[in-house]
Amino acid sequence: MGAAVFFGCAGIAFGPALALVLLTVAAEPLRVIVLVAGAFFWLVSLLLASLIWFISVHLSDREDAKLQYGLLIFGAAVSVLLQEAFRFAYFKLLKKADEGLATISEDGRSPISLRQMAYVSGLSFGIISGVFSVINILADSIGPGIVGIHGDSPYYFITSAFLTMALVLLHTFWGVIFFDACEKRRYWCLGLVVASHLLTSGLTFLNPWYEASLVPIFIITLCTGLWAFFTAGGSFRNILKCLSCKQEDDSRVMMYSALQVPFED
Amino acid sequence: MITFMNNSDSEEEPCNERTSLMSAESPSVPSYQDGLQASEAGEAQAHRKRRTGSSRSPNNIADGDMSDSGVPVRESTLENEEEELTLKYGAKHVIMLFVPVTLCMIVVVATIKSVRFYTEKNGQLIYTPFSEDTPSVGQRLLNSVLNTIIMISVIVVMTVFLVLLYKYRCYKFIHGWLILSSLMLLFLFTYIYLGEVLKTYNVAMDYPTLFLVIWNFGAVGMICIHWKGPLQLQQAYLIMISALMALVFIKYLPEWSAWVILGAISIYDLMAVLCPKGPLRMLVETAQERNEPIFPALIYSSAMMWTVGMAKPDTAARGPSQQTWDAAEDGRENHRSPSHGDSQMSETRSPVPTRPITSLEELEEEERGVKLGLGDFIFYSVLVGKAAATASGDWNTTLACFVAILIGLCLTLLLLAVFKKALPALPISITFGLVFYFSTDNLVRPFMDTLASHQLYI
Repeated sequence: MGAAVFFGCAGIAFGPALALVLLTVAAEPLRVIVLVAGAFFWLVSLLLASLIWFISVHLSDREDAKLQYGLLIFGAAVSVLLQEAFRFAYFKLLKKADEGLATISEDGRSPISLRQMAYVSGLSFGIISGVFSVINILADSIGPGIVGIHGDSPYYFITSAFLTMALVLLHTFWGVIFFDACEKRRYWCLGLVVASHLLTSGLTFLNPWYEASLVPIFIITLCTGLWAFFTAGGSFRNILKCLSCKQEDDSRVMMYSALQVPFED
Repeated sequence: MITFMNNSDSEEEPCNERTSLMSAESPSVPSYQDGLQASEAGEAQAHRKRRTGSSRSPNNIADGDMSDSGVPVRESTLENEEEELTLKYGAKHVIMLFVPVTLCMIVVVATIKSVRFYTEKNGQLIYTPFSEDTPSVGQRLLNSVLNTIIMISVIVVMTVFLVLLYKYRCYKFIHGWLILSSLMLLFLFTYIYLGEVLKTYNVAMDYPTLFLVIWNFGAVGMICIHWKGPLQLQQAYLIMISALMALVFIKYLPEWSAWVILGAISIYDLMAVLCPKGPLRMLVETAQERNEPIFPALIYSSAMMWTVGMAKPDTAARGPSQQTWDAAEDGRENHRSPSHGDSQMSETRSPVPTRPITSLEELEEEERGVKLGLGDFIFYSVLVGKAAATASGDWNTTLACFVAILIGLCLTLLLLAVFKKALPALPISITFGLVFYFSTDNLVRPFMDTLASHQLYI
């Protein structure tokens, strides 16, 4: 116990997120700002959801355990819906910012593309959501204690860590898909993202029956990841090209010689 | 109960002076280009959408000075360039402030969470004489409001005193005061801090080693802050003294008073910087008139400028610290957050018709950085530290306050880029921070705790 569990679980929960941030976000100031602003939006949505839950709990009978559990489910559902609503609001804000950045830049193109912003915003939602879910648990895992002494599962820490990792990745993928769906006005995609978020949250209600909750959540993560990959423009050819490290430069020369502005992605 | 700190008021005064000063923002700096003198009318000028930082404004073409290109270019093109420059550098500037603010907060939170000393109640400062140990809520609230009134009045008096001293050119007094206060911070507070950290981790250190460590730390700090030193070392020292000051406030301010003081000081900051007769505004205007820097060692600067070869009549106060100042003030730069140094830095050009060479100007542009007053660092860290200390061991509150403060800073810088006017850095961040602290502590914490106890994820 103690430090080993703390570092292990922290690594599991935030390893991918940290790697993604260090490799893709930390170097660019604009992306860092998008990251922090995304976290802010998520926090505001959580605040509103907690307010609703708090009011509903105070208006209800505190003694009734079943009712309280029901209210908790209601609170969680409201929170998921509010998160998605605020993701949409963030999309609107970023779209406007993108247009603004494009107008004032020298070549009419904004320094950050909407796709990059989609990815970073998804990552930001994921990180802050994961942190809020698991940081107190991690802090408790350092100190002295026995897990599950009252009959709960002894695998609490490690499953929480894995769930957090899945959640971080899921939010990233949802961000990409969501923004793309909003951009292309494919509302069924939007609905699917919201539904999968609700499903994931609902599956966690099956804890501590981890086979029924963790395994499907990871399957959902994988599927959403593939979906996001294809949404972002990935394909098998891209993977092969990336793996074979081939350089393509001939066409560029042609374009330059034809005195055209090279088409950059 | 009064603590030993009461013996020397000077250590508190500088703090107050620091915070009040640092929270301020320099008002828009009129262009010094090419013989244009800073005047009271500079205010009106600054409100224009000018500040192209070159001699291209219609007024100056007649001067016949050599500007960058020497060719009068259309005003609009320049304004576009300026806009774009502002925003291109805007994101970088925001990050240049995020990093030190984050570091300061990390130091404060780490200390609060590990060293018991800073969360123990061991008396109060004389500036907050009313105790909060009363049983009734109303009495406690009243006491905290009274404490706040006293504290803010002390700060206002100090600031006015400082402005008067500056107006009547008592530079030696001011510099002596500043040096004394940094001495106090770098030696005494560091000694206490080191002692408490060693106690917490049960590490023994003998007096000779202690003396050596503290002496080196303090001496290098004094040199770096008040004279010359590597930029990053100076930045590190400024962050450390802000953290130490914040820890002192966290320890000695009673709970409710701390929150009310935070709210009151952001209102004061707003008024002192934006009202025409605000003391801070007058201070900066006076400094502008005299083409002098205000006080070194009270402003965190994130970039360095090499002003070699600039023909510039230097005032005594300015000389040594020039190297560590961020220039970028050819009037072109947007005024970032609270710094009086802006006005000083803006006169890298003497009021002489000839202008520096083009390449140097471009160099200045590249090396532009941002400045933030130390008082802002201190109060941001106080907010986050208090959240860490008093939020029932909850990390979510601390993180929420941290994100809120960063977003407030970001918005302030954005407003700065939009309005191109001096703005105070405290109000937006502190407001967000306070809102998030109280709402996260009372609403979000029970929700997340209940969810976590069932291992539910949202």
